[in-house]
Amino acid sequence: METKKTKYLNPYVGGVLLGLVLLASNFVSGRGLGASGAIKSAIVTTMTTIAPSTANTNGFVKEYSDAHPGNPMKTWLVFEMLGVLVGGFLSGAFAGRLKFKVEHSPKISTKRRLIFAGAGGLLFGFGAELGRGCTSGSALSGMAVLSLGGFISMMAIFGTAYALAYFVRKNWI
Amino acid sequence: MGPLSVNEIISGNTNLFLAFLIGIGFGFVLEQSGFSSSRKLAGVFYGYDTVVLKVFFTAAITAMLGLLFFSLFGWIDLNLVYVNPTYVTSCIVGGVIMGAGFIMGGFCPGTSFCAASIGKLDAMVFIIGLFLGVFIFGIGYDAWKGMYLANFLGFPKVSSTLGLTDGVFAFLLIIIALAMFWVAEWAEKKFPRGEY
Repeated sequence: METKKTKYLNPYVGGVLLGLVLLASNFVSGRGLGASGAIKSAIVTTMTTIAPSTANTNGFVKEYSDAHPGNPMKTWLVFEMLGVLVGGFLSGAFAGRLKFKVEHSPKISTKRRLIFAGAGGLLFGFGAELGRGCTSGSALSGMAVLSLGGFISMMAIFGTAYALAYFVRKNWI
Repeated sequence: MGPLSVNEIISGNTNLFLAFLIGIGFGFVLEQSGFSSSRKLAGVFYGYDTVVLKVFFTAAITAMLGLLFFSLFGWIDLNLVYVNPTYVTSCIVGGVIMGAGFIMGGFCPGTSFCAASIGKLDAMVFIIGLFLGVFIFGIGYDAWKGMYLANFLGFPKVSSTLGLTDGVFAFLLIIIALAMFWVAEWAEKKFPRGEY
């Protein structure tokens, strides 16, 4: 089995540890983990910096500023995501996995992998805004606090990915 | 006692510093579990590697049980913990779009940052895509605002929606998760893949 050959953590142990991080987040800050919210902060900052007059009339920016007064970059999720970069890097360094590379199935080209990665990211970014959070913020953290929306998110994300898996199987298997 | 920041036991700046430490824990566990590899992540959709399912559900159950017990012991006031709102339409449509992005890109936002931190170039391209997607949502906001705000149900708990207590729902979810783990172990034996 793959997990035994590589030096990855046992998935159930990893799950318990991730659960404890999520529990700590709720205990300390009264909120769950997230990821896409930090990108939203960066986009709002970019829009208000480059085109302040247009941004002020934009409903997306206005809604964000009303909910989060102050500097959008001085927010919980931005600091958390900076931590993710540090934590991921440290783990990769300890495990000897630091390497610049494009990971893809031998059946597809690097170019194809990157095109799909970019397109997938674009869809995920858009969907995470519409769905008010991604796999971390909406599905995982939502499920931990028993939010109905969290469970709907989880089923919609994983259900769709399973439904479409057949059509892009060449990319992965 | 908890949540510490909401009860003003710690200051706003301390909260941000702890957010950074929590993020380090988050990124470290994701990378250690193999979430920095898109082929490992996508494996769950083909059965050859189900690490996503195992880690995701074990984490959700651990945190859920932790919160229920902390509440029982009086360590945390769950009324002060953020519960995600439920907007049915945008939740489903957003989730469907995210699912398509997941199977095409092989990452979700959190895992893409984790993978980018160890040098995965495909993850960096995915992140550029994320920024573009959020930007497009932002500039075209008025076009999908109606859908974004439709069918708002408030902040319902899945347990109350199903007419169950939190404890009974948690117990059922654990049973369901154990059944899924059993299927996952079976699938990995049935659809083995070589080294990647």
